[in-house]
Amino acid sequence: MYRYVIKRVLLAILTVFIVAAVTFFGMHIIPGGPFNSEKAPSAEVKAVLEARHHLDKPVVEQFLIYLGNFLHGDLDVSLKTGRSISTVIGESFPISAKLGGSAVLLATVVGLVLGSIAALKRNSIIDRIIIFLTTLATAAPSFVFATILLYVFCIKLGWVPVWSPDDPHYVLPVLALAMYPMAYITRLTKTSMLDALGQDYVRTANAKGVSSAKVIFKHALRNAVIPVITYVGPMTAYTLTGSLVIEHIFTIGGLGDKFVSSITNRDYTMIMGTTIFLAIIMVTMNLITDLIYKVVDPRIKLD
Amino acid sequence: MPKRNPLSSQIDLSKFEKATEEEKRQQDVMSESTTFFKDGMRRLMKNPLAVGSIIFLILIVLVILFAPAVVPYSYSQINTVNGVRDKGAKNMKPFEYSELEQEYIAQGGKVFPHIMGTDEQCRDYFMRVVYGTRVSLAVGLVASVMVLIIGLLYGSISGYFGGKVDLIMMRIVDIIYSLPDLLMVILLSVVLQATLGAKIEGTSLAKLGPNIIALFIVYALLYWVGMARLVRGQILTIKNNDYVLAAQATGARSGRIIRKHIIPNCISVIFISTALQVPSAIFTESYLSFLGLGVSAPMPSLGSLANSARGGMVSYPYKLLFPAIVIILIVLSFNLLGDGLRDAFDPKLKK
Repeated sequence: MYRYVIKRVLLAILTVFIVAAVTFFGMHIIPGGPFNSEKAPSAEVKAVLEARHHLDKPVVEQFLIYLGNFLHGDLDVSLKTGRSISTVIGESFPISAKLGGSAVLLATVVGLVLGSIAALKRNSIIDRIIIFLTTLATAAPSFVFATILLYVFCIKLGWVPVWSPDDPHYVLPVLALAMYPMAYITRLTKTSMLDALGQDYVRTANAKGVSSAKVIFKHALRNAVIPVITYVGPMTAYTLTGSLVIEHIFTIGGLGDKFVSSITNRDYTMIMGTTIFLAIIMVTMNLITDLIYKVVDPRIKLD
Repeated sequence: MPKRNPLSSQIDLSKFEKATEEEKRQQDVMSESTTFFKDGMRRLMKNPLAVGSIIFLILIVLVILFAPAVVPYSYSQINTVNGVRDKGAKNMKPFEYSELEQEYIAQGGKVFPHIMGTDEQCRDYFMRVVYGTRVSLAVGLVASVMVLIIGLLYGSISGYFGGKVDLIMMRIVDIIYSLPDLLMVILLSVVLQATLGAKIEGTSLAKLGPNIIALFIVYALLYWVGMARLVRGQILTIKNNDYVLAAQATGARSGRIIRKHIIPNCISVIFISTALQVPSAIFTESYLSFLGLGVSAPMPSLGSLANSARGGMVSYPYKLLFPAIVIILIVLSFNLLGDGLRDAFDPKLKK
């Protein structure tokens, strides 16, 4: 177990390092430095600026300096606004985390409930409706769904006001973000629930007269949840990247929105900072998922 | 016939008579011999959802192939009526005619209807959706085939040779697998867009734009790992079979064994996985287009059409609906087809 944990942690660190390296060197391949805009500063100013950002040193040394600063929590400043990137991330991440966390929670709870219902009422009309809707939902890109939600509920019906930082309404963005994972978890739960219900231990429990609620919750659902747990890691990655688009549509000033606007503005230091930060979160979530999986289901062999 | 003693050992001669033609026919095998592939296809054809998906996809392909030959509009040029640029044809509703066109019809001219209206630059929206579908489908298929080829080669080499080769190759896969894919796609698209732009200038690739080339490169770099793992797993189980041992014993080379024995046995699983890769590639492309990292204007893709439709959502909601419905239907058909293929070809589900 410890060997496995250490191995996974090392792999996670290596992954983040690779992401950082790809990001850093990728940004350096792009022709044109950050101070080569139309309003080019004079040669002396440029030299001072480049010295301040260590741009006069070899690229590898710059990378090491960047990594060193990164470990100290200093992510450089945005090329466009001049604000410290750690401050920007510190401000915007809580919003994204709240959005993503609510979406993950909603998707998991509703997905488990719908999936169990579909499995228990197999081949009934309810099952058919649930499966039809979830199949449809997995085929719709989240930006389409988000735009339609925004159009119908904000603009046409006016039930929910448009997002503003002072008066945030999380309902629509959370719904848009939770849609795909919810549908996916429903389908996953249905399959594994059906599998669990067909097992001998469920038949035994039924035969010895255990109440059906107890059979469902204690015997079937507990085992059916295991495959769903493996999906938590990818789901986190999905909600984080999905929120890039959702936040952009709902104009929520979260991390995803910052990332998208840094791409459109070609704000390279900002792209670097946010990418590495997001990568760390995703890699950590995958690590946690794998470890939880092992704890929940001791039958699983590690390597 | 005289009554026989049941204990008599006397031979019953009637049992040794020649069989009649009718009796001979009873020995014939009633059903035709079938291969694994034929058997699977037969089961696939019994699945109405899968058949519906296939029909829909064929229909879509026919439409995007032949629509440009039938509809007299271009995806990138402003509409013209009788050779005159029709600047009044802005943002028309489906089947609406502009003033110029109405005049022309009154004069007895024929105008092809704008099935989906026109966009803000007076271009026929139907043709833009058709070309967008072309781009999205092409991206999905090319990316999937690339994933297939790279994953198949890598996975079969790794799985077949095993040992140290396998260990090192799979460590590389592990590392690439743990990279956050969409982030890397976005990042590499930004980098490649900036560096490729000048290099492909003037070539036929420039029409698609550096972003799509970047998307292909990214797919070739990142997405094959899932396929490689799948192929390796399949090969590890297949190569322990006796027929592979027999082939090795008779002196067949590795290449021949991989081609003749291993690939035909794992092809169905790989096939299904490729079918499911297509919608994922279409999704990725539409996300990138949505973020402004997709195809270069004026070439449309379904994602970029949906994105540019967001601006006029209040006045022209149908402009989002058309590309959105096409994406949803295409992805849905590929998903249903993939599910159908899995049900039809998965030996575990055989009854």
